[in-house]
Amino acid sequence: MAFEPSQPLRDYTEKVIPRYPQKRSAIMMILHAIQREQGYISLEAQEWVAAQVEIEPIQVREVVTFYPFYREHPVGKKYIRVCRTLSCALNGGYKVCDKFLSEFGTKLNETSPDGRVTVEFAECLAACGTAPVAMIDDDLYENLTEEQVKELCDAIKRDVPEQAPAPSAESTHH
Amino acid sequence: MIAAPKRTDIHPKERRMILKHADDPSYDTSVDCYIEHGGYETLKKALTLKPEDVHDHVMKAGIRGRGGAGFPAGMKWKFLDRKSGKPIYLICNADESEPGTFKDRQIMHKDPHQLIEGMMIAAYATNTAKAFIYIREEMPHGAVILEQAIEEARAKGFVGDKIGGSDYSCDIVVHRGAAAYICGEETGLIESLEGKRAYPRIKPPYFPAALGLYMCPTIVNNVETLCHVVHAVSMGGEEYAKIGTPNNSGTRIWSLSGHVQRPGYYELENGKHTYGDLIYEIGGGLKPGRQLLAVIPGGSSSKVWRAGERFKGKDRGGNEYDWAIEDVPLNFDGPMTAGSMSGSGAVIVVDDSVDIVDVLANINAFYAHESCGQCTPCREGSLWMKKITSRMTSGHARPEDVDLLASIGDQIAGRTICAHGEACAWPTQSFVAKFRDKFLERAERQAASGSGDIRLI
Repeated sequence: MAFEPSQPLRDYTEKVIPRYPQKRSAIMMILHAIQREQGYISLEAQEWVAAQVEIEPIQVREVVTFYPFYREHPVGKKYIRVCRTLSCALNGGYKVCDKFLSEFGTKLNETSPDGRVTVEFAECLAACGTAPVAMIDDDLYENLTEEQVKELCDAIKRDVPEQAPAPSAESTHH
Repeated sequence: MIAAPKRTDIHPKERRMILKHADDPSYDTSVDCYIEHGGYETLKKALTLKPEDVHDHVMKAGIRGRGGAGFPAGMKWKFLDRKSGKPIYLICNADESEPGTFKDRQIMHKDPHQLIEGMMIAAYATNTAKAFIYIREEMPHGAVILEQAIEEARAKGFVGDKIGGSDYSCDIVVHRGAAAYICGEETGLIESLEGKRAYPRIKPPYFPAALGLYMCPTIVNNVETLCHVVHAVSMGGEEYAKIGTPNNSGTRIWSLSGHVQRPGYYELENGKHTYGDLIYEIGGGLKPGRQLLAVIPGGSSSKVWRAGERFKGKDRGGNEYDWAIEDVPLNFDGPMTAGSMSGSGAVIVVDDSVDIVDVLANINAFYAHESCGQCTPCREGSLWMKKITSRMTSGHARPEDVDLLASIGDQIAGRTICAHGEACAWPTQSFVAKFRDKFLERAERQAASGSGDIRLI
């Protein structure tokens, strides 16, 4: 199925490409916009990006598959990243991760059965002074305790409707 | 949007220059607020000077890079190939990703215009055609704040066409990464900004100052470094150089984390304090009942210090020193003298509640995950080190692992295109050398981790 870019995506792409001396430089920003809108970056979307910046689709895919943040498969409605790296781990980061997983009855790098969340470990989120930390979509949560994680999970269960889990839940980079 | 929390407990020993206003509750990220506090006056002053005179201030100030290498910024600019006739690019490295580091986050989220002013002064001094901020993906709000700040600065004439009414024009583009540590390496960053995989380039010949972005002369400076440019030009290079200590001028924002009572970012005059002051006095010391196990003095790639070790010798000036960890001066040169580095200014404190093998296993998992995969020694070696230390933590440690780990580390460092080779080897090399008995003991015990309260792997 061909990728049908939305009007905002077309507008954004038109705006972002001329910011750079060379078109190809705009790839990452366009990929961000697609993933934000679609939840992931399909092969068809990658072909569309390639056409916009006038390179081969494989050159876009090289980028998509290199950077941990880009994914080629859908994830849960909320994307949870728990920092795994040293300062967070020293302050209970693994426990925070376990709590997210048990609250949603899911496993690391998988989408929960209710389709609400995908929980992953992230490497250092640059907030080590307030460890342990996690990101839920764009938002950073600091100094997390298991109680706070429970509250965050309760809020997600309250606010996000259940949905069928994504067909291929595992993200690309593990 | 969740605002970056303001700190109310600014330590009396701090000397805040870069973070002077950042934590003031009434200070916000708008251009009006910045101007009210004297912002963009230094850019206006710079525009009345010749670019080479602005550069001269930065040289005299002796600003050293705050991103990791500590290389003098003015010198970096001097290397620019101006004869090629190609456009010059300036990139602000806002990929802040060395584990333990969270200082640039404060600047970008709380005082974005200071960075923008620093960039425009640097751009003017180097005749930059276009400037970029490469910000890591994990700071999405930071990217929005910067874009908005640039928009406001442009509207006031401080960014874009004919800045400050001068003949000089330069725009700033905010570019977002996608969660790859290697983009903090300047040539990897450049490849990434060109829309490619962030495979670092080999130097020589690809020194950014000659063959950088689009093979044009390029400067890559860290966020904090560019902010210091504002202060060097504002007070004059010579005055600035009086702050701090010789060869270690200015202030520095230290990121303190791990097992201390008051972790956080502390801006201190360079060389006027020690690691002991930072950890025990400013950082509140260890948690009750705990003993110090190790200090990682400059980001997780820097070589570890073992509690109780001493550093003895003669420094470059011929002065004898005999330091405990607590005595090491908190500046660029002190940690180097003590066999490690200040790196990005990230100090990670580890107490005896955890096992040192677990600590290394955690670090090795990071560097294996972040190797770009271009060079065999780093791609394979980082993974081997991760696998071995992981196995050791699962109750299957062997006495010969110690020498095996050391041998792998030795075969990576110096054999790769970029410094990720050293970054992944130094932890293993130093942990194994300094904690050999603990690694051997782990093999004897054959104990799996996870019995304690805290898991690291």
